[in-house]
Amino acid sequence: MNESTGHGHQHHTMKAPDNSLAAIAVPSQQELMIEGAGCASCVTKIETALKAVPGVTSAQMNFAQRTVTVTGSVERQALIKAVESAGYNAKTIEADTHAEALEEREKAEWDYYKRLLLEMSIALLLGVPLMLYGIAGGSMAVSTDAERIAWLIVGLLTLGIMVFSGKHFYVGAWQSFRHHTANMNTLIALGTGTAWLYSMVVVLAPGIVPEMARHVYFEATAMIIGLINLGLALELKARGRTSQAIKRLIGLQAKTARVIRDDKEVDIAIEQVLLNDRVRARPGEQIPVDGIVVHGHTAIDESMLTGESMPVEKGEGATVAAGTLNKTGSIVFRATRVGKDTALAQIINLVKRAQNSKPPIGRLADVISGYFVPVVMIIAIISALMWLNFGPDPAVALAMVSATTVLIIACPCALGLATPMSVMVGVGKAAEAGVLIRNGEALQMASKITTMILDKTGTITLGSPRVTDIFMAGSGGEERALQLAASLESGSEHPLALALVESARARGLAPLQVTNFNAIAGHGVEGEADGKKLLFGNEKLMRDRGIACGSLVERAQLLAADAKTPMYFAVDNVISALIAVADPIKEDSVAAIKRLQRNGIRVVMLTGDNHATARAVATKVGITDFFAEVLPQQKTDKVVALQAQGEIVGMTGDGINDAPALAMAHVGFAIGTGTDVAIESADITLMRGSLHGLADAIAVSKATLRNIKQNFFGAFIYNMAGVPIAAGVLYPFFGLLLSPVVAGAAMALSSVTVVMNANRLRLFKALEH
Amino acid sequence: MLMVNVAGATVIALIVWWFWLYKAGEVGRDNTGLVIVVANGTFKPSRIKLNANQATELHFLRKDASPCAEMLLFPDLDISESLPLNKPRTIRLPPLTKGEYQFHCQMKMYRGVLKVE
Repeated sequence: MNESTGHGHQHHTMKAPDNSLAAIAVPSQQELMIEGAGCASCVTKIETALKAVPGVTSAQMNFAQRTVTVTGSVERQALIKAVESAGYNAKTIEADTHAEALEEREKAEWDYYKRLLLEMSIALLLGVPLMLYGIAGGSMAVSTDAERIAWLIVGLLTLGIMVFSGKHFYVGAWQSFRHHTANMNTLIALGTGTAWLYSMVVVLAPGIVPEMARHVYFEATAMIIGLINLGLALELKARGRTSQAIKRLIGLQAKTARVIRDDKEVDIAIEQVLLNDRVRARPGEQIPVDGIVVHGHTAIDESMLTGESMPVEKGEGATVAAGTLNKTGSIVFRATRVGKDTALAQIINLVKRAQNSKPPIGRLADVISGYFVPVVMIIAIISALMWLNFGPDPAVALAMVSATTVLIIACPCALGLATPMSVMVGVGKAAEAGVLIRNGEALQMASKITTMILDKTGTITLGSPRVTDIFMAGSGGEERALQLAASLESGSEHPLALALVESARARGLAPLQVTNFNAIAGHGVEGEADGKKLLFGNEKLMRDRGIACGSLVERAQLLAADAKTPMYFAVDNVISALIAVADPIKEDSVAAIKRLQRNGIRVVMLTGDNHATARAVATKVGITDFFAEVLPQQKTDKVVALQAQGEIVGMTGDGINDAPALAMAHVGFAIGTGTDVAIESADITLMRGSLHGLADAIAVSKATLRNIKQNFFGAFIYNMAGVPIAAGVLYPFFGLLLSPVVAGAAMALSSVTVVMNANRLRLFKALEH
Repeated sequence: MLMVNVAGATVIALIVWWFWLYKAGEVGRDNTGLVIVVANGTFKPSRIKLNANQATELHFLRKDASPCAEMLLFPDLDISESLPLNKPRTIRLPPLTKGEYQFHCQMKMYRGVLKVE
């Protein structure tokens, strides 16, 4: 008798994620690439032509890049035509820019990597033998003329290394010095420069240095330059892995599209696809642009964008999103968003921006890194002075070594990299699970949420009522009753009517011709079909017409207590059936809510529905805190009230009604099946309807914050311990003074360690699904 | 020895003055066509005067292959852009109210400021 489960479930996988991908706001700015513009005077011509297009508010051409930016809501085709009529060619550029930029970047990075390795090898080629010579007991001292000449040659070779392998440190240090700033280059240039200059003085004018201090440190200069270049190369490699998620998204963009023009199918470059083009997607092909299916039926794998592993059935009228994979059938769709406007392109932009934004926890590091380098320089001078004043002989050499070591071991990079690297991986990881985090602040806040408010309709439930139960009064067929009732309701616009019509259609029941249709306001509808008098409505309607409902009344009460809306159906003034309509709870809402509660989060439900329905739904999903009959404007008040209790409030919703509450909450979560408005005001967007996305988002943000803290701890400890040891605080007690070479190795390792720790986040997995 | 200590203290004082106290000169433009070169760990120019309440276009040209130079952030304006190598990237700023707006790389090693007047 009960037809709910199978149907409801199927409908969920078919319909629910459908609008989610189309739900990202359309920007009003477009960019076009202009071809054939040879002179600066073309600029005015093109701009004037574009401004003449209705809907354009501004057009600005960048002559250097041959691009034009147009603001206003206007179709791209009209813009291209306008440019063409002015005598130039225009094409869209955005579609491929991500992929091209990525390729270019990878090539540049690869070149830089090879360059670093070469510089490292050359530097170590001199540094390693020199160091081994020293370790093996070779004399680094300068006492005889022969030694002076030998060391002079080594000194000049070291200078060669400084120029070839270390030029970027010295030029960078000088440039930033001129700009009154200091950075890593400053420290390296000063450290290695000091060691080399000191050694050269020993070689060229040994007279001014005490005899005991006539020692050269060329190996330190060469080794430090080599090791730090090695560190930079390793860091570059490890950094590459942190942006894997965005690379994967960019890789989803198709290069070509098969469009139907003049009844012929042609393959064209993706950037040439225009709005309203009809595009063919064959099985196994990637959907190239966003669109609406006009012909055919297929299943589409949207997991790459939504994290939802079940393929989604799509027929005529369904939306398809660029980057998703067409699995089974061949379809033709009409392009509705191309280039930069596709959901995929916007997701990429959102993720990219978020990856580069900083959570508040990173601000302290920013403040510190502003002062860090000059402070280290001052510490180096103070430590040198201490050695000169109070140190044992050879004080000059020891002062020089300690100052150099302090400069080299201090690592502003580890501190600076701590936050951005983890955010990069964390935001990417979330995107993989279909969770779009707007910025670092949202990421950090999400990890602290203590109370999660869930809107009922469309968030906990599917948001569209459907027929859940049919009980027959007599022996008549269920399908026949549904067919008649649906036929009668097909003239009505009530949401419950829609549920009936949908249900009949899904069962393949054709609507019948209805005559004498009459809507009885607040009660139901009546009409005639197939020669029968039909009446559909609530209990009161049946009573008014003197129709006895018998045992169905009890059934109806049970259904009402179960958050369903029961309706009676009578044929020729005899009760025929009881049909219940409800907004079903999403299949995984219960598990997802349990998961949140297990993490110690208080879950609260808000709804505009009546108490009985609210209570029934809340009980079913295991929520004890709920507020019913909440008007849209009161949702914000509820958020504020909970915040006043000291709670960190997350608000999850899908509708326009929820937008102010989403904005008011500490973290607003928009369910991906929602409207543009909700997503615009949300901090975190769940690309699939499932509430598991909430727990995933919180889990990812907690893991990311933990990772950032580990990085900070490592970087702070490293600098706090490294700098004093390098300055020689342990010397009076243990006779321990670090060698500049060890400092160079430690510095090279410190930032690599931070990046590698951030990379560990890639292994993070949200717990359950 | 006294001389050495005095010299050391002087250098420290110079560091404090040069890096923290000194205010570098500013480049002023009519909010268009300003090219900022990103190279060798710096933005050139790094202190830029702009007119208030007027939209601005800044063209960033990155010549530095180091990954440190890749990201450009205007934290107050919620702008983050990746800069391609040796290709200008135009950053459009909305009309700004008076004040100072910082821009920097991801790690804040490359730094600059917009002075909107």
